[in-house]
Amino acid sequence: MDEIIAILSSLHPEIDAASCEELADGGVIDSFDIVSIIAEVRERFDVTLTAAHILPEHFNSARALWALVEGLMD
Amino acid sequence: MLFTSYTFLLFLAVVLTACWLCPPRFRWRLTLAASVVFYAWLGWSSLAYLAVTVALAYVAGRLMGRLHAQREAFLSASADRPREERRAYSKRNEAARRRVLAACLTLILGALLAVKYTAWAVGGANALFGTGLAAPRLLMPMGVSFFTFQTAGYLIDVYRGAVKAERGAARLALFCSFFPQMVQGPISRWGDLSQTLFSADKINSGDFFAGIQRIVLGFFKKLVIADRLLAAVRTVTADPETYHGAYAALGILLYAVTLYADFTGGIDIALGAARAMGVRLAENFDRPFAAASAAEYWRRWHITMGTWFRDYLFYPLSASRPLTRLSRWARGKNAAAGRRVPVYAATLTVWLATGAWHGASWNFWVWGLANGLVIVLSEECAPLYKRFHARFGLGKTAAYRAFAVVRTFCLMSLIRSLDIYDGVGTTFRAIGSIVTRFDAGNVINGGFSALGLTAGDAAVAAGAVLVLLVWGRRGRDGTRETSAALQTALTLALLMVTLVFGAYGPGYDAGQFIYNRF
Amino acid sequence: MVRRMVLPVAAAAAFILLLAAVQRLLMPKYMDGVYEGRLVAEYYSEEKFHDVIFIGDCELYENVSPAALWEGFGIPSYIRGSAQQLVWQSYYLLEETLQYETPGVVVFSVLAMMYDTPQSEAYNRLHADGMRLSPQKLKTVGASMTEGEAWITYLLPLLRYHDRWRELSRADLAYFWGGRRVSHNGFMVRADVRPAGPMPVPPKLPDYRFGENAYAYLDKIADLCEQNGAVLLLVKAPSLYPHWYEPWDGQMAEYAAARGLEYLNLLALSDEIGLDFQTDTYNGGLHLNVWGAEKLSAYLGPFLRERYALPDRRGEDAALDARWAAKLAAYQAQKDAQRREIEEHGKIVTAFFAD
Repeated sequence: MDEIIAILSSLHPEIDAASCEELADGGVIDSFDIVSIIAEVRERFDVTLTAAHILPEHFNSARALWALVEGLMD
Repeated sequence: MLFTSYTFLLFLAVVLTACWLCPPRFRWRLTLAASVVFYAWLGWSSLAYLAVTVALAYVAGRLMGRLHAQREAFLSASADRPREERRAYSKRNEAARRRVLAACLTLILGALLAVKYTAWAVGGANALFGTGLAAPRLLMPMGVSFFTFQTAGYLIDVYRGAVKAERGAARLALFCSFFPQMVQGPISRWGDLSQTLFSADKINSGDFFAGIQRIVLGFFKKLVIADRLLAAVRTVTADPETYHGAYAALGILLYAVTLYADFTGGIDIALGAARAMGVRLAENFDRPFAAASAAEYWRRWHITMGTWFRDYLFYPLSASRPLTRLSRWARGKNAAAGRRVPVYAATLTVWLATGAWHGASWNFWVWGLANGLVIVLSEECAPLYKRFHARFGLGKTAAYRAFAVVRTFCLMSLIRSLDIYDGVGTTFRAIGSIVTRFDAGNVINGGFSALGLTAGDAAVAAGAVLVLLVWGRRGRDGTRETSAALQTALTLALLMVTLVFGAYGPGYDAGQFIYNRF
Repeated sequence: MVRRMVLPVAAAAAFILLLAAVQRLLMPKYMDGVYEGRLVAEYYSEEKFHDVIFIGDCELYENVSPAALWEGFGIPSYIRGSAQQLVWQSYYLLEETLQYETPGVVVFSVLAMMYDTPQSEAYNRLHADGMRLSPQKLKTVGASMTEGEAWITYLLPLLRYHDRWRELSRADLAYFWGGRRVSHNGFMVRADVRPAGPMPVPPKLPDYRFGENAYAYLDKIADLCEQNGAVLLLVKAPSLYPHWYEPWDGQMAEYAAARGLEYLNLLALSDEIGLDFQTDTYNGGLHLNVWGAEKLSAYLGPFLRERYALPDRRGEDAALDARWAAKLAAYQAQKDAQRREIEEHGKIVTAFFAD
């Protein structure tokens, strides 16, 4: 979870990545960021996010993203 | 069998009547039979090609489906095992699925590549090495690009687990071959289309009549506008030296109208025919010429192709190992620019692929590259625009929006002219002549008649475009419910106008839908 | 339920009515030049009582005068012909005619034997557009269509003629409800003269055998006459061109002998008939003018009467007499009108109509 927050904060230092609940819907995260996030997630968790996972609800908060990644670690 | 042939109309009438009379639960089998007849009509070899594609997709789908099931079973049975073990199993399972997917995609996309590119490649090799190889005459089944992509989409969805593998071979065959979308698309998704394709409900009479209305509208666009103007467009592009400058601009403008009418008309016919059979196909257009940027244009024009490339190429490409590595490396160098580099790389790759999908010619490669570059450049310039607008307060005015719409239309029209000119060099020379020697006098003196259009033709085409504008407005105006009587009257009037003013029969080329070449 | 049906039925009725009107407006009226386009249709409004039916192409409808056959010999006759009428077109037209009446004699012009395949869309239209909807019409269209023609355009001619919105003229409005008559029982009057000059040397043909298809339909014509108790007479009309080759003539004579029919080469009998191609043709020997046609009719009349024992119908029935009296008056009037125009202008200007 902390690592996810770290990834988000590195991309957008201006926001509070731990608490923001509408990163994607609010337009903070754009398509450029998604690619960066996929890259970081793969590097740190050995988890591959695929096109099927690219849905706004997975990227709206650090918690949602962590839930996604954790689910995929199985 | 083209949409605008008497044979197709007769075929459609028979199929629609049969669908209407047939007990609802047998309807999908009837549609499958109709689709087989439709394809057999085009030739047994086309039918065989399609059948092999379906068979491959069915087997691959079932294999991947079984792998999914095995994984689920293992995971639920091994909840107490260590995570690493579970993870390793999942990875093996995914790798196996990926092998099945890759094998099947290689076969069907390879075949697509072969039928589309063999002649071009041989021609290229001959030109390059001075050899005299004869290109084998390969069959090019109608709609091969559409059904191959549709089938590939299904396979990728099954691989991802987004949809379940279909167990009924006949049902999958119908999905791959559903005849209304064979001529010009749209490209459907299993998840969408299977909702209504196998419906066992009685056809709703509202759907039926709405479908017929849509078909009439499609024929109106196609026959009254597109086929009338196509000859004029060809006159301009066949002789760019004579028709330079203002004529080239006029030709490119006419082509925008022609292609729009032809393509959206074909889609109207496909969607209308499907709907009259109780099947909903995805919309493929959303007023593309109202777009204020290239990216927006491509979200409004040929939507199902755009989303196909987005979901099955752009996203996977963006998430691919080489691009994610590139992303990390570039961000290490420069955080702001770095995060954009991989996306741009993916964008350009996708657009090159889109160009390649359209046809075997350099024109389409350049076309794809140009679209990609325009999108990347406008993305790069976006902050600049923003600052400019903030300073002068123009961004939100209607006038600025109008300017952006016109700018986008012109830009996309210029890129589109690569479709119609013979060769990349010719296209650029023609576009160049608009700047270097406009010679407006030529058009003023020669007018439309030099393009083979009489004043009557021009008036009919202009009137028809006006009708489309009004018709479109009426359709969008959700607030004003038009009565059934008015709708019927308008549709019949449109049908009458099409019958009289359609450019068909002796004296007109049986102009093919421009888009079924793809 | 009933109320739900009102709208669709009303809409469909209104649409069909409008479609019919638009189609009628856009179809060629054949009132300004190509008058032959009316010939086939004119038969339907006739009282169908004819002892002789002529069936064939321009070699009949410009060469034989039914008015003269009545006036001179009391033979009621009708020419069912159209431009370049092909053998199968003649067959189906005869089949259709026999639905209406049973003539004693059918005269068929054999020039059409030279064509074995569909020839031209334009002539097909001139022939079939005038036919009423019938099984024969559908069959003749099926047998005659050239490459690129569609069967449905004969059922719904609007599909063929819709583009005439470009060339709509006053005539299309004036003759919306129907055109004027152009023939006298299928015969087109021409009173002008253009003498025959030297004919081009006929080209050598690779094969002088008539085609199988043409023969098949000639057989069907003969069979059809037999079944209907009509005698079939084959004729070659006295026109100088297209050239009637010797081997063609031989084949027709052979055919007639084999089937027990009569074959009359009227071209070879030109002198006996008294035809003078300096005065009796209006287009240099291709077709006879009315004077030539009357000479030919004066020859054919007695032949038909004697050979086939046709009665003289004059004075038989007051109504029949009255009908033909009116026909003769119209025939005479058109001849007079044409003669006047020729004297005044040197050519026929307006007198192309039979009424």
